[in-house]
Amino acid sequence: MANETKSAFRNDARAKVRGRALYADDIRLPDMAHAVPVYTRFVRARNLRVDVSAARAAPGVLGVFTAADVPGQVRFGQIVRDYPMLAEGTIQCEGEVIALAVAETRRQALAAAALVVEHAEELPPVTDPEEALAPGAPVVRWGGDDNLANRGRVRRGDAAAALASCDLVVDETFSTQAVEHAYMEPESAVAIPRPDGILEIRGSMQHPFSTRRFVAALLGVSLAEVEVVGTTAGGGFGGKDDTAAIVCARAALAARKLGRPVKLTYDREWSFRESYKRHPYRLRYRVGFSKDGTARAAEIDMLCDSGAYTSVTPWVNWRSTAQCCGPYYVDAVRMDIRAAATNNVFTGAMRGFGAPQVNFAVEQVMDIAAERLGLSPLEIRRKNMVKQDGLTITGQRLDTHVVSLGQVMDTVVRDSGYEAKLARCSRGKAEDGRLYGIGLAISYRGSSLGAEGLDYCSAVVNVQADGSVLLDAAIHENGQGAESVQMLILARELGLPVERIRRQWSSTSRIPDGGTTVATRGTIMGGGAVAQAARELKRLMAETLADELGDPKAVRFEGGRVGAPGGPSLSWEEAVSRMYDRRIYPYAFGTFRAPPVSWDEHTGQGDAYFTYVYSCQAAEVSVDPATGRVQLLALWAAHDVGRAINPPMTLGQAYGGMVQAAGMALMEDLAPEGGRLGNRNLDRYKIPRARDIPEMRCTLVENPDPNSPTGAKGIGEPAIELLAPAIANAVYNATGIRCRDLPIRLDPEALK
Amino acid sequence: MNEATPANAAAGNPPAAGTSAAGLAGALTVNGIRRQVRQEEAELTLLEYLREVLGLTGTKNGCAVGACGSCTVVVNGQGRRSCKTRVSEVLGKDVVTIEGLEGRDGSLHPIQQSFIDAGAIQCGFCTPGMVMSAYALLLRDPSPDRTAIRTALSGNLCRCTGYQQIVDAVELAAARMRG
Ligand code: FES
Ligand code: FES
Repeated sequence: MANETKSAFRNDARAKVRGRALYADDIRLPDMAHAVPVYTRFVRARNLRVDVSAARAAPGVLGVFTAADVPGQVRFGQIVRDYPMLAEGTIQCEGEVIALAVAETRRQALAAAALVVEHAEELPPVTDPEEALAPGAPVVRWGGDDNLANRGRVRRGDAAAALASCDLVVDETFSTQAVEHAYMEPESAVAIPRPDGILEIRGSMQHPFSTRRFVAALLGVSLAEVEVVGTTAGGGFGGKDDTAAIVCARAALAARKLGRPVKLTYDREWSFRESYKRHPYRLRYRVGFSKDGTARAAEIDMLCDSGAYTSVTPWVNWRSTAQCCGPYYVDAVRMDIRAAATNNVFTGAMRGFGAPQVNFAVEQVMDIAAERLGLSPLEIRRKNMVKQDGLTITGQRLDTHVVSLGQVMDTVVRDSGYEAKLARCSRGKAEDGRLYGIGLAISYRGSSLGAEGLDYCSAVVNVQADGSVLLDAAIHENGQGAESVQMLILARELGLPVERIRRQWSSTSRIPDGGTTVATRGTIMGGGAVAQAARELKRLMAETLADELGDPKAVRFEGGRVGAPGGPSLSWEEAVSRMYDRRIYPYAFGTFRAPPVSWDEHTGQGDAYFTYVYSCQAAEVSVDPATGRVQLLALWAAHDVGRAINPPMTLGQAYGGMVQAAGMALMEDLAPEGGRLGNRNLDRYKIPRARDIPEMRCTLVENPDPNSPTGAKGIGEPAIELLAPAIANAVYNATGIRCRDLPIRLDPEALK
Repeated sequence: MNEATPANAAAGNPPAAGTSAAGLAGALTVNGIRRQVRQEEAELTLLEYLREVLGLTGTKNGCAVGACGSCTVVVNGQGRRSCKTRVSEVLGKDVVTIEGLEGRDGSLHPIQQSFIDAGAIQCGFCTPGMVMSAYALLLRDPSPDRTAIRTALSGNLCRCTGYQQIVDAVELAAARMRG
C-alpha cells in the first residue's frame, strides 16, 4: 500500500542523512562553558530562599545564578508575563528552575547543581481545574485574585429553548489528557557574546523572534542587541516556544555574566519536567437533533487546565471556541469555556491547538446521534456539514474558497471501503477471537492565526550577479520542510530550476518578525510572502527592462527565460546582468498580509479565519477481547490542502500527524499525580513505534485557494486533529463500548 | 545546512584530557580508524565518547535510557544503543557510526540515498539512528518485507514521519542493494 511518490525535495536532507546537520547540542566552540538547571523540590511553595554558596565553591564552577542575578525581567510570557525564567519568591509547579549552575564542563555543572540548597514553605498543590475554580480555592494564579486564567463564549440564537424542542438530545461528557510533544531533540541552546556587542543565540526553537523577546526581557536589553540565528531543529510540533525560548534566555544570561559562550542542553527528564503540554480538556456536549438528523441546538461547556502559567491558553481556547461545533452548522449555540490555573506543569501550544480536544467530542456525538436516529454516520454528517456559500456557527459565510468537506469525506469512504466495512463491524460479538471495527471523523480547520492575532509575514529575494538567488523568509524550519517549500515556490515563480536557489539561514537581525511557525501558517503565510516577493521582483525587472522586452505586463518568467510570448526575450542570466548594468538591484522584499478577519468577544461571532482546510480520516481497528488491546489495522486520510507544493513532504506531514494522533488516542499518558509527572522519559511515556502503526494512505485533494498567493493552504495541524475520534468510533463499532476519555483504555471485563 | 568541519570536531572537549598515568584500557575501531582508549574514557558511555571525545556528533542523544534509538550505532555488524553501552564493552570491536556509512569520496550509501528519495527525513534527529538500524537489518536480511522492517525499526522512535516513508525508504534501499 506504499503510496507512489515523486522524489522528495529537501535542502537539508543530505546533511541530515550524513549525520552532519548541526543541532544546537552539536555545536562546539573554544572556551565554551556549560550550564545546567537546578529544579525545585516542591510543587507549590512560598518564601523561597536559594543558597548557592556551596555550589559556587565547587570545582570548575564559573557561576551559579538565581533570580537575584537577573538584570531584566524575571517573568515573561507570550500573553501574560507570569512565567518565571528563574524561580522568584514562590514555586508554582515542579518544573520551576531555582538556579542555573555554570562550569567548565557539564559534569562539573551537574555536581555543583546538587549542592544548591532550597528553603521554602511547602503548600498543598491545587491540581484539579474544577477544584481550582471552586469558591474558596487557594489562589495559585500568579498576580491573580482567582484561578480563572481565561474564558470564552459563543452566543448564537436561544440554544436552551431550541434544545428543549428537539426530538433527540445527546448529552455526553468527554475528557482528554495532557500530551507531551516528544520532539526527538530535547531543548538546547548556545549563547555567544560577539565582539560587535551583540549576543548571538543558536538554539533548538520554533520561533526565533519569540525567543529574542524572552532573551531581551531577561537581560534587560533591546531587541537589536540580540541576534537569534536559525539552527537545525529536531522537531517542535508547537512545543518549542516558551520553554525553548527560556532555555535560550538562561544560556544568554550566563554568557552575558561570564563573557563566554555558554551551552545549555536539556536531558529528556528535564524536558518532560519543564516543557508545556497539550491542554487537558473536560467537555460536556448537549446537542439537539430533529428526527431527520438535523442538528438544531447545542449547549457546550468546556473546562481546561492551563497549569502554572498562562502561556497561549487564551489563543488555544479561542480556537476551541470558534470551532466548538466541529465542521457542522448548528442554528442555536451556547458555548462557554473556562481555563483554570493550577500547580500542574503548564500547558501551551501543541499541534492541533485546541481542536483535537473539541473534535474528540463532536465526532463521537455525531456517531452517537446517528445510531439513535437510525441514520448512517455518513448521512448525519452530510446533512449537517458546512456547505459551499453556507454559514458557520460564528456567522461566517464560506464563499471565498471551495468548501470541500463532502469531497474529502467521499474520498476516504471510497479509498477505505468504509461502507462495506461498517456493515461487517463486530459490535461486541467477536469472530475468531477478535473484534473488528472501522470509524471515521471529519473536520474543518481555520488556517493560520485567524482573529487571534495580527497575521503577516515577509520574504526577501536577493538575486546575485551570476543569476543565482538567495532567499530568506520569516518562517522558521522546524524540520517540517518549510525552507524547501519556500524554495520550490520561488523556483516556480521565477521559472528557474530549484538548484539556482539557496535558502539563506535566517536570523532575527536580517528580516522583520514574520510571526511564529505555528497554526499551519508556514506554507500559506511564509510561502505566500515568498510568492509576493517573487512577484515584486518580476515587476521590477519587467519594468526596468521594458525598453528591451516591451510591455511589462506581458513579460513571463519561464524555463530560464524572461520575455513576452512571441516577443524578444533574454536568458535569466542576461536579464539579471542588465539589471546590474542599470544600477537597479534585482532584489525584492515581499509581504503577505492575511485577508481581514473579525471577532466579537461578547457573542463569539465573526469571520474567524480567512480560509479553512477540510479533512477526513478513518481508522480500522482490531480489539483483543481478552486483553482490551486495540490494534490499528489501517489508517486513511484525505485533506484539501489547496495545492501541494512538495507532495511527498505534504504526505509526510499527514502521516506524522496521524501517528501523533494515534498516540494520543491509545498510548500517551503523563500519569500526573499531585502535580508531579509519573512518566518523564520515553521509556515510560509511550509514543507509537513502527510496529504499532499500520500502513497508511493519504489522498491529497487540491482545490487551489484564492485567498492564498500560491493556492496552498497547509497540512501540519489538520493531520493531527481528527484521528483520535475516528479511532474511538472504530473501537465503538468493534466493541459496542463508547470511550469518552483519552487515552482509550478498554476493560477486558467489559468485553466478556 | 550546517556541516561539521574537522575544526569543529577537534574542538570537542576531551573530558579528562591530561589526567594521570592511568594508562590505556585498550583500543577499538571507529569508522575504520583504530582508536586508543584511555582508562577514564573506557568508563564513558559509547555515546559520550563518540560525541564528546571524537566529535562525531551525528549520533544523537534523545533519551539516554535506551528507549529512543537516536544513539544507534553498529558494533560488529549489530545495531547497538550507544547510550547504554560503556566504551569498555566494545574494546577490540568494530564500531560504525552514521559518519562512517558513506564512501570515502562522500558518495552516499544506498540506504542514505533511499531515505532522501523516499521523503523519509523531516527534522532528521532520528535519521542517523534509523539509518544505522536499517543498515544492521539489511546486513542480516537483504530482503525484509514491510512487517520485518517495522519490527527491526521498532527500537527507533520518530515523532515526525509516522514511519510510513521510512519503511518505504528501507524497502527501496533493500531493492537497490540487491541490484
Ligand atoms: S539516546 Fe540511546 S536510546 Fe535514546
Ligand atoms: S524525522 Fe524528526 S524524529 Fe524522525
